[in-house]
Order: sequence, then structure tokens, then C-alpha cells
Amino acid sequence: MFSYCLRRTLAAVPVMVVVALFVFLLLRLSPGDPAAIIAGDMATPEQLDRIRETLGLNQPIYIQFFHWSGELLRGDFGTSLMSNLPVTQLMAQRLEPTVSLALLSIALSVVVAVPMGVIAAWKHGSLIDNAIMSLSVLGFSVPVFVTGYILIKIFAIDLGWLPVQGFKRISQDGFGPFIQHAILPALMLSTIYIALIARMTRASMLDVLGEDYIRTAHAKGASEKRVLFKHALRNAGVPILEVIGTGFALMITGVVVTESVFNIPGLGRLTVDAILSRDYPVIQGLILVTSGVYVLINLAIDLSYALLDPRIRYQ
Amino acid sequence: MIVAAICLASIVIIAILAPWLAPHDPLDMSPADRLKPPSDTYWLGSDAYGRDLLSRVLYGARISLIVGIGSALISVVVGLPLGILAGFFRGLDAVIMRVMDGLMAIPSVLLAIAIVSLISANLWTVMAAITIPEIPRIVRLVRSVVLSAREEPYVEAAVSLGSSLPTVMWRHLMPNTLAPLIVMSTYICASAILTEAILSFLGAGLGTETPTWGNIMAEGRTYFLIKPSLIFWPGIVLSICILSINLLGDAARDRLDPRLQKRGAAQ
Repeated sequence: MFSYCLRRTLAAVPVMVVVALFVFLLLRLSPGDPAAIIAGDMATPEQLDRIRETLGLNQPIYIQFFHWSGELLRGDFGTSLMSNLPVTQLMAQRLEPTVSLALLSIALSVVVAVPMGVIAAWKHGSLIDNAIMSLSVLGFSVPVFVTGYILIKIFAIDLGWLPVQGFKRISQDGFGPFIQHAILPALMLSTIYIALIARMTRASMLDVLGEDYIRTAHAKGASEKRVLFKHALRNAGVPILEVIGTGFALMITGVVVTESVFNIPGLGRLTVDAILSRDYPVIQGLILVTSGVYVLINLAIDLSYALLDPRIRYQ
Repeated sequence: MIVAAICLASIVIIAILAPWLAPHDPLDMSPADRLKPPSDTYWLGSDAYGRDLLSRVLYGARISLIVGIGSALISVVVGLPLGILAGFFRGLDAVIMRVMDGLMAIPSVLLAIAIVSLISANLWTVMAAITIPEIPRIVRLVRSVVLSAREEPYVEAAVSLGSSLPTVMWRHLMPNTLAPLIVMSTYICASAILTEAILSFLGAGLGTETPTWGNIMAEGRTYFLIKPSLIFWPGIVLSICILSINLLGDAARDRLDPRLQKRGAAQ
């Protein structure tokens, strides 16, 4: 068990090295002078010099990389070119809205999607199954911002139940105002997740429902509900956990778009602002952090697999 | 499935015939006609610069389809050889797959944004930025097919008969990958169209002198309260386009390879 965990954890290291190398090379190998790219068309020679100095662009490239990754390991992600604040500080300020929104969306998706998938598998081939699966394909195909604007039009403009834009923090304004402002963005963000989890739950439940122990459970007189939720879902749960991990990348995209639509001051909004002002150190920091979180989430999921299923440890 | 094919075919025809179908020049501004409601002149109304919304949406189909099809083709052209090499040579496998794992760990839209923000956005850079994050999906798929196919007796027979390595790879291994590749490239096409729309929507894509569904919506955001149709029309067409491609991909998957059904469901 210990050796498996160690091997799996070590395997995450090269992935992060590749990510860092890629992010590093992207700026250095792009055509043109990196300093000029960062500074934009209106830069003066002094500004260019200052940027070269801060990025260490005058040194050989491999020294630049070691220097740069050494600073990353110490938690120094550089300084924003626009606000002159450390990138880590900028990201820390924006963390709460994004994390609270993401957690609310995941909770919402699981609560909605798992029963959908279970029912679709239970009534396999029926009208309900087809309806749920069509909804899931629709959830994949309608871009999040289109869903978002439809939700805004219905619930915020026509019905006037919820605010059109803006955000309230739990830590400052309390839970009620937070939910009021976060429910539409969370609905928008969860559409893809709901589609993904519902599909996966259905597929995984269909696998499990064919097993002998399900027939046994039926035979000994367990109720339909008990068989579905107690016997089947528990065993179908592992792939569902996995899809939450692989769906994280989709979540990031969703967060960027959602925060931009609802004007939420989170990490996604920071990303968009950074693109528009070409603040490359910030973009770079955001990529490194999200990729790191992605790798960690998948590592945690793999390790919890090994805890749940002893067969995996010996592979 | 038939409906999806018809929808997609009409979008393709619209894209090709846009200059003849469009009632106005999509770039033609007329300040007197700002934000007009639908009328005989402007069937879907006009945007904030008095440009015809219908014409812009019709022209927008071009960019979406070029990016979608282009990304699918390029990712196959680049990913297929890499996948075959990774599946066949143990040593290369480790290197290629580590690079692919790293690429996959970067959220695709962020990667695309980073690339476009470094190199000024034009059709080619946008397409490259969208394609690069998709390549690992092709490489992993091809590698897994090759890994199981190379244990087959006919591959061993070909090697024993003295076929050269390129022949073994091209004639005996590559054909195995075709069916799953067709399915995967339809999904990549759909996801590339979506990514392009997101990039344009966020202001990181092509400029508004090239109408795309994403940047029409981006411009419409400011006027959403007065004129929501600026977002809804391109949004509806975009959704129909992606939905049709996904449905055709599902149909192709069921037709070509039933074993893929589970893998597709997991995406």
C-alpha cells in the first residue's frame, strides 16, 4: 500500500515538470521579443529594459529556467505587470468567490445528476431513460454562456427573482446573500457537470446491475430502492468519483466564462482581465496553479481508489 | 440522427454560400440603424453599429466550421504518428506520454488563451491554440489501440516475414485506429468549435472585423438588457451546430465500434 502511494505520488512530479517547462517555453519560444510581447505596442525602451530585468531575459535560457522554477518552488510566481502586486497575492484575493462557487456547483451537480443516472439505468431503454440521456447530450452541447444568458433572462430579468450580476462573499455578507447571488452562476456552471455525471452514473450502474449479487439481493426480497441505492450505487460509485476529477478541467473553463458573465470577482475574472491587458505573469501563474490543482485532485482520487479497492495496489 | 445530419449539412451550405445568402455586407455599418428590431431590411435586426445581425451570423458559420474541421484534421495528423510511435517503442512511449500527461493537465481553454495572448490572434494562431490541447486525446487513443493490436498474430507474422517497420506501422497497425479516430475527431471538432466561441466571447479570439458566433455574442453582452437577440441568435445556431456534430459522433461510434460505447460515455 505504502509503495503504491509513493509510486503514484512520484508519478505526479514529471507531469508538473512538463507543465512548468511548457509554460516557460511558451513565452520564450514565441516569435518576437518576449519583453515586447508583454509590454505591448506602446512600450518605451525603459519599460522593455525593466521587463527584461524582472524576467531575467538577458541570461542563457537554461539558467532562466532553473532560476524561474526555483522561485516557483519558493512560492514566488512573479509580479503582475499591471498592478505591480505579487501574482500569489492577486490570486489569494480572488480565491474565495471561485472556490465557494465551484463547491456549490459540484454539490448541486451530484444531488441532481446521480439520481438522474440511477433512474435512467433502472428504467433502461424506456422513455425516461431516453429523455434523461437527450438532456445530457444537450447539456454537453449548449455552451455555458448561452445557458447562462437564458437563465439570466428568465430568472433575473423576466421574473425578477434573482440579481442579474454581482457577488456576495460568505465571509463578509453571510450565507443568505451569497446563495441569492450564487445560485444562477452555480446552475450555469453545473450544466456540463450534471450531463457528465448523469452519463457516467448511468453507464456504471448498467454495468453493476448485471452482476450476480444484484440478482441475489432481488431474490432475498430487498426492495427496489434498497437494491438500487444500497447495493448498486455503492459499487458504481468509484467511476462517478473519477468523473468529478476528470471534469475539473471543464470546471475551470466554466468558471472563467461564468465569472465573466456574472461579473464575479474570482479567479476566472482575473484570468479574463489578465488576457485583455496581456498580463502574462498572471496568466502563467493561473495556468500553473490550476494545472497543479488538477494533478493533485487526480492524485487524491487515485489514492482513494487504492484505499477503496485493494486490487489496484498490486497492479 | 437524420435531423442532426440535415442541420449540419445546412450549416455547411450556409458557410459556403454566405456571400450569396447574406442580405447585407456583414461589416457594413450604418449609424442611423443602431440596434434596430427585426424588419424587412434587417430580418433579425441590427447590432450596435447598425450591422445586419443575420448576415453576421451567416458569415460566423465559416469561422466555426473552418476551426472545427481544421482542428480535428491537424490533431489527427500530428497525434496519429505520435500515438503509433508511443504504442510501438517502449522508450519513446515514456517520453511522449509524459509530455502528453503534462499537456492534458493544463485546462485547454487556459492554454489556448495563453497561446493567443502571446501571439496576435489570426485564424491560424487561434486554430493552433485550440488544436494543441486536443492532441493528447488522439495520442492516447491511438496508443491504446496500437498497444493491443501489436500483440496480434498478424502483426507478429508481418514482422517475421521481414516487413520493414514503417510498413508494419502503416499497413498493419494504422488501419486499426481508423474507426475510433473518426469518432474521436467528430468530438474534437465539436469541442474546437466550442473553444473558439469561448475564446471569441472572452475577447481572446478573432477581432470583430471577422464575424464569429463568439464575438457577435461578446459584443451583444453590453446590450443584453435591451436586445437579448444579439446573444440568443448566434447562441442558438452555435448550440445546434455542436449538438448535431455530437449526435453524429455518437451515431458513428455506435455504428463503427460497439466496444467504444463505454469509453465515449466516460467523456
